[in-house]
Amino acid sequence: MATGGRKEVVSDPEAEQKRGGLKSDQFSGLMLVALALYVGWENRVYPVGTLQEPGPGYMPLLLVIFLGAMGLLIALWGARSKPLAAMQWPEATRAVVILVACGFAAFALERIGYRLTVIALLVFLLGVLERKRPVPVALVALGFSFASFYVVGDLLHVPLPRSPWGF
Amino acid sequence: MVETFNDLLLGFSVALQPSILVYAFVGCVIGTLVGMMPGLGPLAGISLLLPATFGLNPIIAIVLLAGVYYGAMYGGSTTSILMRIPGEAASVMTCIDGYAMTQNGRAGPALAIAAIGSFIAGTLGVIGLMLLAPTLAAFALRFGPPEYTALLLMGLFILAYMSGGSMLKTLAMAGLGLLIGMIGIDIMSGYTRFSFNIVELGDGVGIVPVAVGLFGVSEILLTAGGATAPDVQRPKLRDLIPSREEFRLSAGPIARGSLLGFLIGIIPGSAHIISSFVSYGIERRISKHPERFGNGAIEGVAGPESANNAAASGAFVPMLALGIPTSPVTAVMIAAIMVHGVLPGPMLIQQQPELFWGFVASMYVGNVVLLILNLPMVGLFVNLLRIPYSYLYPCILCFCILGTYSVANNLIDVWILLAMGAIGYVLRKFRYDLAPVALGLVLAPMIELSLRQSLAMSAGDYGIFLERPIATTMLVLGLIMFLFALKPLVFKGKDWRSTVGLENE
Repeated sequence: MATGGRKEVVSDPEAEQKRGGLKSDQFSGLMLVALALYVGWENRVYPVGTLQEPGPGYMPLLLVIFLGAMGLLIALWGARSKPLAAMQWPEATRAVVILVACGFAAFALERIGYRLTVIALLVFLLGVLERKRPVPVALVALGFSFASFYVVGDLLHVPLPRSPWGF
Repeated sequence: MVETFNDLLLGFSVALQPSILVYAFVGCVIGTLVGMMPGLGPLAGISLLLPATFGLNPIIAIVLLAGVYYGAMYGGSTTSILMRIPGEAASVMTCIDGYAMTQNGRAGPALAIAAIGSFIAGTLGVIGLMLLAPTLAAFALRFGPPEYTALLLMGLFILAYMSGGSMLKTLAMAGLGLLIGMIGIDIMSGYTRFSFNIVELGDGVGIVPVAVGLFGVSEILLTAGGATAPDVQRPKLRDLIPSREEFRLSAGPIARGSLLGFLIGIIPGSAHIISSFVSYGIERRISKHPERFGNGAIEGVAGPESANNAAASGAFVPMLALGIPTSPVTAVMIAAIMVHGVLPGPMLIQQQPELFWGFVASMYVGNVVLLILNLPMVGLFVNLLRIPYSYLYPCILCFCILGTYSVANNLIDVWILLAMGAIGYVLRKFRYDLAPVALGLVLAPMIELSLRQSLAMSAGDYGIFLERPIATTMLVLGLIMFLFALKPLVFKGKDWRSTVGLENE
């Protein structure tokens, strides 16, 4: 579902394949094993119970073993995948900035209300990140914020947070 | 048969009420717009609209959401054909020949055949749903906990076999989803698991923040900053009529796509996506002129578009008859109707026939609405595509936050949304299919409860699954699928994915 438009560096797949180092599937498989180990460690506080009466830790334990096994198999079969170093992350910086901005929005949502939060988020994303001109940015930010609040909050009666100043 | 016909009449008496017709229309329009927007597929659209349905009655709520689902399937094909941008994943295959037809000046017939194929497949799918769901529901009344456990496990095995990518990765993602589903209070012992002292996590992790995060936010993170507004052709109404030869070439693919899509729709996984890939592969394989595919073969539009719409209907069979979601979309729809105190499952058809048959009838109505809506108004809808993506994605992101927060007025859901967006982004970079995560999350409590009940019934003897014929049959079927899925891993052979070109996607 990529929207395209970004130029990707085209490289020779065979040359990439011969490159040494950790492969992408090996890395992701090992990450799943690490996650399974962590959840298994966290699960130790819940009683596993018996076969007759499985406890709250029983099912998570089965799943941790399953996830760990799958992770291990992915890592073992991952030798033919793309090298980890050859993976391209051209959009990663922008993605992190967007996520951090959304994090701030989540933090602000119940403190300064829906409308102000959305205005601030849209001004940042459109004005700072996308470098759009101030007038369209202001129109989109104000229009979207007030229109969505009206439709969702007023017409559909979904309670949305308001600012301490009542707006 | 007479009884089914009478039930359907009851359904039409519900679905043709003006208020329901209005909501079906609104759902179809919203769905079409959602399907056309990159980053907002049917799942994100339904999730975002979910809070708005809380104040409606259950029939209207399900009709509205089903309209969005159908509409998004239609809308996705428009962007695929005109711009080579699949609005949602099931339309990827339509891009190939649909866009080639646009370049050859045949955008109108491609859009028309996509709409007609979708209409025929959708209608045939509803007939299938109408005939199969009551029979399946009656059969499911014999199910106890061991049968449900076996059914759910069989579903996961089939999911692994039918997944679009690596079987191991699909199973790992299903495991991850099941583990996320373990978060919250264990209903049998009262223990709160993996809540990290966050009170709100006691209720578990909701499907909406996970689904919108994995599918909506991750898509934005992958594509933001990548595209400018492309040129869009606006086909005129008179250009839409396909030639007689195009109708003749499309008839077979539409019929095959409808049957195939419906059957694939019943089984778990990203059925509508898989069905379009499989349909395209089959059409190319049986064509007398396979070299035309990729250069504007109308069969390459008719087959996949019919298949993904029939799959959308097929997915409702297990949802309504067994209460089991086979895709993230049906999982969210189950959540939507459970809010109203309606429990999908074998008893639904008996206890609330007006809801079930009203829904079935509304699907017929929805298909007609979409056909009327999509062909004459396609020129109007494509205006949406003129909005630059740099303006569109911040608004979609705000919708994601708004929709997720509104479900329970809970800020923790927004944090889960963002975390899932980040996880989804990374997993997609590593080519993991995300649908099993959402599916695992929804199935987790069902599997755990039925497994523990089964073991309690048998005093811890796993042999209970082999003593009951229905459970044994389902487990054996699932196991056979699993072994088939393992074959290419062990023997380095090719499996069905490579024959339909799925491995490269």
